[in-house]
Amino acid sequence: MDHQQEEKVQLFGMWASPYVYKVKWALSIKGMEYEYVEEDLGNKSGQLLEHNPVHKKVPVLVYNGRPVAESDVIVQFIDDVWKGQGGRILPEDPHERAMARFWARFVPDKLSPPIWKWFTTAGGEEQEAAREAAVEHLRVLEAELNLGRNEFFGGDSVGLVDLSLGALAYVIPMYEEIIGARLITEEMFPSLYAWMGRFLAAPPVKDHLPPMEELKLRFRAIREYFLKNA
Amino acid sequence: MASEKSSSDLILLDFWVSPFGQRVRIALAEKSLPYEYVEEDLLAGKSDRLLQSNPVHKKIPVLLHGGKPVNESLIIVQYLDEAFPDTPSLLPSDPYARAQARFWADYVDKKEFFGGEHGFGFVDAAFAPFTAWFQSYEKYGEFKVAEVAPKIAAWTERVGKRESVAKSLYSPDKVYDFIAVLKKKYGIE
Repeated sequence: MDHQQEEKVQLFGMWASPYVYKVKWALSIKGMEYEYVEEDLGNKSGQLLEHNPVHKKVPVLVYNGRPVAESDVIVQFIDDVWKGQGGRILPEDPHERAMARFWARFVPDKLSPPIWKWFTTAGGEEQEAAREAAVEHLRVLEAELNLGRNEFFGGDSVGLVDLSLGALAYVIPMYEEIIGARLITEEMFPSLYAWMGRFLAAPPVKDHLPPMEELKLRFRAIREYFLKNA
Repeated sequence: MASEKSSSDLILLDFWVSPFGQRVRIALAEKSLPYEYVEEDLLAGKSDRLLQSNPVHKKIPVLLHGGKPVNESLIIVQYLDEAFPDTPSLLPSDPYARAQARFWADYVDKKEFFGGEHGFGFVDAAFAPFTAWFQSYEKYGEFKVAEVAPKIAAWTERVGKRESVAKSLYSPDKVYDFIAVLKKKYGIE
């Protein structure tokens, strides 16, 4: 059944948001075409506010005129709506699905906050404490997520957990360059390190990455801002 | 030969007053699934079984199904829908409706309140446990839910009458007394 003709998909996003890329990668896994609308977050469009009145944020996916907000909700929606099409984002088995959903929460709940703190704090004790907290959580990830013979956490293709970790594959090296210190080395995190390279080269990801030079400038400015206003 | 997992393999590690644990109890009751309830006395410290079943967060509720752990209340509720497809579904079957249910359950988790009106479902199970705390909020906060959120007050009354909820929630007085115990223990006045 080809229902692509009747479907209209729009994605409201912002070029630097990792959550927007998560949705782009999910759409790419399903081979779906869509209209992309870039939002100026300092001057949000009427359409965005209408589609996401609760949080007023990107990304928002609009499917045949009906909006879906929150990147994790959107990704699962994409997997549901285009079930027979493209790759699987969530596994088949209920327990594996529960595990995938659990690990997908690990990044925003546990890992991202100390990484952000590390990036936005000047060198010193406080920054070192944040770095150590981040490393502790990365260790949990490295140990608990047994890649084994699999290329990705989703198996032989990118899945929900890969998508939730995904942005870190380009963000962490950028932070490391800006700060001048490493967070993930091949020595300390062999599985994660190898996964990062594979993820960035994976078919649904490699042509859908943010402009790196612009992003780096943006991150530098962000770090400067936080250091100045500490 | 693969062995079938039956619902008699269900164990819930929980703490009586936890609204997150109550979400799971409500879901299990909605589905008429029998299970073994194991009370973790969190004020006395965490059991080895809990620490092994949820090594990352070390929190209740944890559902053990055939010995395999599932963590996080909303993840557990979705798991029950998927592992027991012959029981009444909490999540709707339409993808868009499911997305809406997930969005609002996430909203509740972010500590905002919502009253559902479309038949008892995922969001109602997510939010119902918090209503047992309303009386305490009112007494401590000196406000009346009925005044500031009349729709929520009305929903609370409706949902409180549902058997699965009535059986799973503790009386508001018990919750109020528990808060007094906690305040004393942590020296908050």
